[in-house]
Order: sequence, then structure tokens, then C-alpha cells
Amino acid sequence: MDWTRIIVNALEASVGLQAVVYALAAIGLNVHFGYTGLLNFGQAGFLAVAAYGLAVTVATFGLSFWLGIFLGLVGAVILALLLGIPTLRLRADYLAIVTIAAAEIIRLTVRSVTFEGTFGGSDGRQAFASGFYSLNPYPVRENYGIGQFGFNERQMWVLTVGWLLVALSCTIVYLLMRSPWGRVLKAIREDEDAVRSLGKNVYAYKMQSLVIGGVLGSLGGFIYALGQASIQPDIFGTDTTFFAYTVLILGGAARVGAPVVGAIIFWVLLSLTDNILAEAIQAGYISRSVLDTSQVGQVRFMLVGLLLMLLMIFRPQGIFGDRREIALDAR
Amino acid sequence: MRTRVALLMATMLSALVVLMGIGIGPAAASGESIFGFLFQDKGGKRVAYAGVDVTAKGPGGFTGKATSDKAGKWSIDVPTSGTYTVAIVEKTLPKGINLTDATKKSLTVPVLDGQDKPVLFPLGKSTRKIEGKWTQAAQLIAEGFRFGLILGLAALGLSLIYGTTGLTNFAHSELVTFGALSTYWLSVGVLPFLPDFGGLSFFPAAALALVACAGFGWANDAILWRPLRQRGTGLIAAMVVSIGLSIFLRYLFLYKFGGSTRAYPAYQGQKGINIGPINLAARDYWSMLVAIVVILGAIVALQRTRIGKATRAVADNPALAAASGIDVDRVIRVVWVAGAVLAGLAGVLLGLAQGVNFQMGFQILLLIFAAVTLGGLGTAYGALLGSIVVGMFISVTTLWIPVELKNVGALGILIVILLVRPQGILGRAQRVG
Repeated sequence: MDWTRIIVNALEASVGLQAVVYALAAIGLNVHFGYTGLLNFGQAGFLAVAAYGLAVTVATFGLSFWLGIFLGLVGAVILALLLGIPTLRLRADYLAIVTIAAAEIIRLTVRSVTFEGTFGGSDGRQAFASGFYSLNPYPVRENYGIGQFGFNERQMWVLTVGWLLVALSCTIVYLLMRSPWGRVLKAIREDEDAVRSLGKNVYAYKMQSLVIGGVLGSLGGFIYALGQASIQPDIFGTDTTFFAYTVLILGGAARVGAPVVGAIIFWVLLSLTDNILAEAIQAGYISRSVLDTSQVGQVRFMLVGLLLMLLMIFRPQGIFGDRREIALDAR
Repeated sequence: MRTRVALLMATMLSALVVLMGIGIGPAAASGESIFGFLFQDKGGKRVAYAGVDVTAKGPGGFTGKATSDKAGKWSIDVPTSGTYTVAIVEKTLPKGINLTDATKKSLTVPVLDGQDKPVLFPLGKSTRKIEGKWTQAAQLIAEGFRFGLILGLAALGLSLIYGTTGLTNFAHSELVTFGALSTYWLSVGVLPFLPDFGGLSFFPAAALALVACAGFGWANDAILWRPLRQRGTGLIAAMVVSIGLSIFLRYLFLYKFGGSTRAYPAYQGQKGINIGPINLAARDYWSMLVAIVVILGAIVALQRTRIGKATRAVADNPALAAASGIDVDRVIRVVWVAGAVLAGLAGVLLGLAQGVNFQMGFQILLLIFAAVTLGGLGTAYGALLGSIVVGMFISVTTLWIPVELKNVGALGILIVILLVRPQGILGRAQRVG
């Protein structure tokens, strides 16, 4: 068992690309679910729209990088409006089903053979990130870091931008939720009818929340696309949304910093299980007939499922949350 | 020393792969291919056809071509997993030999990572020379009806559980998968965690699998949902718990079953039987019959039996039902067991239609939701009606839209229905809230 390697991997996972992406996705969900009580099960769709908006603009149509970012953001706003118009007047579980369906529609469409010319089918799109990396201020170097722990200059640039966006998003959420506007959102979560009776336009507030949360989540889509420099449709499956929920609930819904802490812990835990299991198999502690190295990923997903169940049953407020502040009952 | 370094490198590499890819996306793998045999079965003798061209088109503009050899075998290596369109070049077929089903001239097949995907073109004397739009429509309606019945079995269970407990059960799809997987395991004689045995023929295997499903449904309620109800867990919390359960079970199935799609041993490549313009395999006819009988049985049970009436009473108003002496917990237990059996049967039949894999239920979960919503959440008959409509719609729209987008249409209507008539066809407006 190579413990150095295991620990280094866990440390890298704690600040790595996945942690950033899921932190951003969960910050968006926090606005939806944590503060407004909206059950958006289509967060993966927002990530997909952003990532594909960027990739298609640059790789398919050969337009500029910044236009791609702009179109990705516009796409996220339009998606939120499209989802919100039919469902925000209905009960919470309807929104859940519509958003999950919409996210799947997006995934199936971009992976279809029919639109392969535009979206690249199941291979997705590559070669759209050069506009981003040409802005890279880090000089070329194999390893920024200490010893085995570290990243190359490309990863450094993506992670710097990513964590800056996380910080910015958290600040925005913090300021918004301290404002009168944020108090109305929380009131909607607690009792929609009471808010309506005070003369507030609940529908408009929910719509604004859906748009803002969607746009914050879509930043995760950009970072993922840029970090990998390629995207495939199946990355944006329903499991991605559910992982983002696990991250949010782990940290504690309706807390500004919770999604960030949740994402870090989540990915450290996954990295640890992966590496420890893989090392244990290599070292012969676990028989290959019980667990093959290729099956480690499956065990990991089983653990995610268990984690989500146990958290929701025994500690729905997560690490930092307040139980009274979680929207647990459908209205 | 050398080996240790190599080992370290391998670990690092695998860790890196794991870290970089979320694992949902297609993992890096190689060696995919599509292959098949071109032959005709003449009274138990295989007559192979050599020199026939087959082409494949796939992602990234890939095109490949192969010619069948003496044994009738052809094989095309493809660069990645993905969806491929495989077509037979008809003019290279020997004179007098045609595809028995002209619609199967070109097939769209998914190729998984590392998979050698078999593709069969049924050859023989062409039984249907001209295939008009109407013939095609009749065939698609029949297939849609079959799929709708399968959806209906699953949707009925989901709807009953929703109606009596308010739970939107995302793990319902795993009940469907469980039915198919256990039938497969019983029929090949390999059970997880148990010693192997000879394997049963299909019907006893399916019957035993349904018993297992009943037990699974009972366990679901007894171990998880009943304690949660007693704790007073909210509906949204319960829904999230069911998502966790769904993820857990799905990957447990993947761990035990593997990622491949397999057919039940007794039903590999059954010949089609024509009834009018419709051409389906014998198993499709009787599986439709089984589904209809079971659905009718469920309706009669709901309408006539004591427990059925009690179920409807609980779905209508649990508090009032309890007050009038109905044991609500017992009703819910029965609903869970019945719902799991219905879902398991849906899985068994779906496995007959399209093969068994670890996420077959999950792949139709949203369609089940669409069916239930279309019919009206929580109304049992609405769920059935919605399923038939969704099944037919998915199948018939392939006349106009590409096959791989058929589910997009169905999910699209789901959204449109919520816009126009959120309570569904048979639902009541006040349920929408």
C-alpha cells in the first residue's frame, strides 16, 4: 500500500477539477433547493447547455471564445425560463420530474446521430479551449506544488479561474441572501401562501431564483469543459445532478459555504475509497474474485448512493445546515 | 524494483483516469467491433452467404465496410463505443435472397466499451416485398402497444405506491431491473452469493423471479419505507432517499451482472410470425397476452376485492381510511409487494423484448414517470392509459423522427401536458396544488 500516493491523490482531489465543478453546480442548487425550496433535478442540463454552448460555438462554428461563453450563459437563462414557465405554478414534485426530463432531452439530443454535425454525437466536442489557454499567465512547468502534489500550468490556470468563480459565486449568494430579496426567497420556501398573501409575486421570485441558480450551475459546465478540453454528452446524465445534490446535502443546504465544503469532502472521500481499494487489490488484501480493479468505480457509486440515503435519513441538514431550514415537505 | 515502479505507474495512471473522468462518461477502452453471420436456416441446415457487403457508420464520421467470408462471417472494427448504423448492401446479396423484413435493411445499434457487438440480418425469401407507410404504421403500433403494456405494468405499481404513500419512488426502476436480472440468473443457474446450479427453463425461472420480487418489495417497505413513515420523513426527503437507493442498487446490479446486455438463454433470435401486416416474434404475442391478463387482474382486484377497495380508500384519504377501520400500514405493505411484482413482471417482459442489462429499468424510468403524469399522478387507471399512449407515441413517431430521438418526443409531451393539463387525463384538478 502506497500511502503517500493515496494521500497525494486525496489532496489533489480536494482542490481538483471535479471539486470545483461540483461546488459550482451545488451552489446553484443551493439557490434553488436550499433557499427557495425548488426541486431542480435537471442541474446537469444547465451544465450541459453551458458546456455545449461554448464548445459548439467555438469548435463547430469557429466563432470566438468569449462569444461561446456568452451564448452558453444565454442558453442557461433560456433553459431556466423554459423550465420555469410550465412548472413553477405547480407542486414541487412536478418541477422535479420536468427538470429531470428536460435534462435528459438535452443529453439525448446532443448525443444523437441526427445532430452529429453540430454536437458531435456520443464523441462530443474537442478543440475549443485554446482561446482560454492562450490567456494562461502561468509559464509552462510540469509541476506547481510540493513533491508529488501539484498541477501543471494548464491545470493551474483552470483551477485558479474555477476557485475564483467559486469565491465570486459564494459572495453573490451571500449578498443576495442577506438582501430583502433573499428573505422573500426563504419565506417562499417556508410558506408560499403566506408570502403571496403579503402581496409578493411568488412566481416571479421563483423564476428569478431558477435563473440565478441555473446560471451559477452553468459556470460549473464551463469549467468542466475547459478543464477537460473536451466534452461528451454522457457526462451530463442524471447521476451528475444527483451527485450535486449529495454534495449539497453533505455540506448542508441553505448555508453559503456548504456546497464548497461538501464538494471538497465528497471528492476526497471518493478519491480515498478509490485509491485505497485499488491499492488493496494490487497488494492482494482483497481477492480479485471479489473485487476487480475495474469494479472499484462501481463500489464507489454504491457508496455514493448509500451516503445520500443515510444523510437524508439521519442528518438531512448535513454538516453545517440547520434542520429547520431544509425544505423537506412537498407543498 | 522495476516491477514496483511499473506497478506504481499503473496505480497512478488508474488513479488519474478515475480522478479525471467522473466515471459516468465512456471510459477509455478499445477493441470494439461489430460482427455478424449472414446465413439462412434451411430445415436446420445453415446456408452461409459469402461476398455480401455490410457497411457501418458511426460517431465522428466513421465509416467502415466488410465483406462476408465463406462462413458468412463479417466483422468491422470500430474506433469507439457509440451508436452505429449498420446496413447490408442489398444488391450484393445472391439472387432470390432477401431480407425477410425489409425494415431491417439498416439497423441502429449501440456499441458499448470493449464490446464485440453481434448484428443479425434475417435472410431468406422476402415475405413482404412492398412495405407501405400503412404496413409500417401497423407494425409500429403493435410494437408500441407491446411497449405500452410493459410501461403500464411498471406505472401501475409506481402509481399505487404514490397514491397510497405520496412517495415519488425513483428506485422503482430498480424493481423493474431486479425482475429481469433474477429471471436471467435463475435461467442460467448462476445466482450471486449462492453456488451455481443447472439453471431453470424460462417459465419457472420467471415465476421464481416474481416471488423474489415480491420479497424485494416487502423488504423495501419493511426495512426502509415503513420506518421512515413512522419517523415522519417528509415527502421530498423520502424522494431523495429513493434516489440514493436507486443509485446504490443500480451499481450493485452492475457489480454483480456486469455492463453487457444479454438475452435469456431460451430466447435468442426467435423467428417472426405474421398476423396481417404485423410481424412479431411468438414471445412478443404471448408476453402481450400475459401483460393484458395481469393488468385486467389488477383492475378487477382493485375494483372488487376487499384489499383493492381498501387500497383505493387509502389512496383517496389515508386519515379517513384509518378512521373507518382500515389497517393503513397493511394496505401499504400489500401495495408495495404487488407493485414490486408488477414492476418485476414488466422487467421480465422488457428483458424478452430488448435483452437484459443492469440499467434497463433506469432507462425507462422517465418514460414511466411520463406515463403516470400523463394519466394523472396517483390514479391507477390513468397510469395504464398514459402508458399505452406513451408507448404508442414513442413507437409511431419513429415514422417521422430518427429512432434515437424517440424518447425525446415522449419527454417533450410530458412537459407540454404539464403546461396544458397538469392533472393529466384522468386526474382531478385539486391534486395539483
